[in-house]
Formats: sequence, C-alpha cells, structure tokens
Amino acid sequence: MYKSWWKILASLLVIYSTVYGFLSKAPELPILHESIRNLYFHVPMWFGMIVLFSISVFYSVKFLSSGNPEDDLKAVESTNVGVIYGVLGLITGAVWAKFTWGQAWSFDVKQNFAAISILMYFAYLILRNAIDEEQKRAKIAAIYNIFAFPIMVVLLFVLPRLSDSLHPGNGGNPGFNAYDLDSRMRMIFYPACLGWILIGYWIYTLVYRLRSLEKKHA
Amino acid sequence: MKKVALTFSLLMLTIQLFAQQQGGSLSDDVYASGKIYVVVACVVLILLGLLMFLFTLDRRLKKMEKRNMENKSV
Repeated sequence: MYKSWWKILASLLVIYSTVYGFLSKAPELPILHESIRNLYFHVPMWFGMIVLFSISVFYSVKFLSSGNPEDDLKAVESTNVGVIYGVLGLITGAVWAKFTWGQAWSFDVKQNFAAISILMYFAYLILRNAIDEEQKRAKIAAIYNIFAFPIMVVLLFVLPRLSDSLHPGNGGNPGFNAYDLDSRMRMIFYPACLGWILIGYWIYTLVYRLRSLEKKHA
Repeated sequence: MKKVALTFSLLMLTIQLFAQQQGGSLSDDVYASGKIYVVVACVVLILLGLLMFLFTLDRRLKKMEKRNMENKSV
C-alpha cells in the first residue's frame, strides 16, 4: 500500500506542474510579468493548508462523538502539516510581494489575516501541548479547533473582500480571470493544486502513522 | 534500490528529450538562451529526491507497522 496510486499521481502532478510551470508560455502581464508563474507554487500551498485544516476539523468533530484517541491524533497531525503549508504560503507570498508590490510585508489585509490564522493554529498546537491529561487535552483541543476553523475561513475568504487588498479577487480587485488565467494556465494551475493537496495529505498520513506507532510503543 | 535508480535515470532521459523539443517556442530573454532548462532540471531533481524520500519513509513506516502487528498477534 505504500505505493498507492494516488501517491504516484501526486508525484506526477507536482513534477508536471513544476516543469510546465517554468516552461509554459505565461500571459504577458504588467507588473507581474513572468512572476505570474508563482501562481502554480504559492497558491497551492494555501489550498493544501485549507484541505488539511478541513481534515483536522473533521477529525475533531469525530473525536468529540467517538472519543477515540486516534481521531485526536489525526486532527493534530493534519494541523501540523497544514501549518507548515501555511508558513510556506506566507513566505512565498512575501517573496512574491517583495518583487511585485515593492515590499515583502505591505500589510495587505489578506497577508495580515493569513498570518493571524497561522498564529491561531500555533496557539492550538501550544495549547494542546500545555495540557497533560490526555482526555482533557484532546477534548479542549478539539473544541478549540472547531472554533478556529470557521474563524480562519472568515479571515481568509470573507474579510479581505470587504477592504482594499492587493490580492486578486479581494477589495474590488478582479479575480484570476482578469489576470488572464487562460486555459493554458488552468491546465497547470489545477493539477498543481491537486498535486500539492495530495502531497500534503500524504505527509499527514506519514506523520500520523509515526505518531500512532510512537504512542503504541510508549 | 535498482528499480528506484532505473526510474530515476529514465525520468532524467525524458526531461532532456522534452527540453530539446520545446526550445525556440519561448521568446523571452530569460528563455532565449535555453539555460532555463538547467534550472528546471535542478528543481525537478530536488523535487524527485524529496518525493523518493517520502516513498522510502512510507516503506519504513509500513515495515514498522507490520512488525507492530505481528508482535501484537503473538
């Protein structure tokens, strides 16, 4: 099973999107120029993060109804991987912003709120580690996680639309369509997203299985 | 290990083939010299290395899980 088809698919998609992300013809855009290719790398990080956090919240809910400690482990480990994706998204975003918006951190609403959501999940991980008693820890962490998730969604997808933002699709800015996300770019962008989401899920299964083994041996 | 090495080298082969077919269709300065393919080759190598690493990790975990299951049943 360690070589299941979706792991190979994920590898192929990621390699495909990387090769074509560099070599395909990008639409000619002002300011962004060739850096539009970052779309294939920066955005999938965020989509991956959202999917991993969704998995996490799913298992948190499941834990509350089942009380199975394995569900708690799943919730934590998917959050761990999601946070890594989020940090990578923030850093790549800062690099991209430096060369298109002029500075790495321009206090763009979406940048700020993304940072806040990541901090919120850092708090989740720290809170969880601060409680010694296992059942209590799992329960409190699960409830925190269930509250954190909708806040994250609001911070990333609702509030940025209400104020000025440099991100496409926010604050009166047009979405990707106006940036000429033509069929050529779609052919790379969607596989890139799917590939990186699957890779994130794969890493999550690895760390979860490791944690589960560690627990059995402890 | 042999299988891994084989897939690796075959992938390398296809990258080169691809690089030669595509040349010329890109007119930008960065791409005109054709040196972008060197960068792509490096990035793909790093990516491949990391993906292979993930597969090895997966296999090691699988072994440990198996051993764990056997210990349990004994």
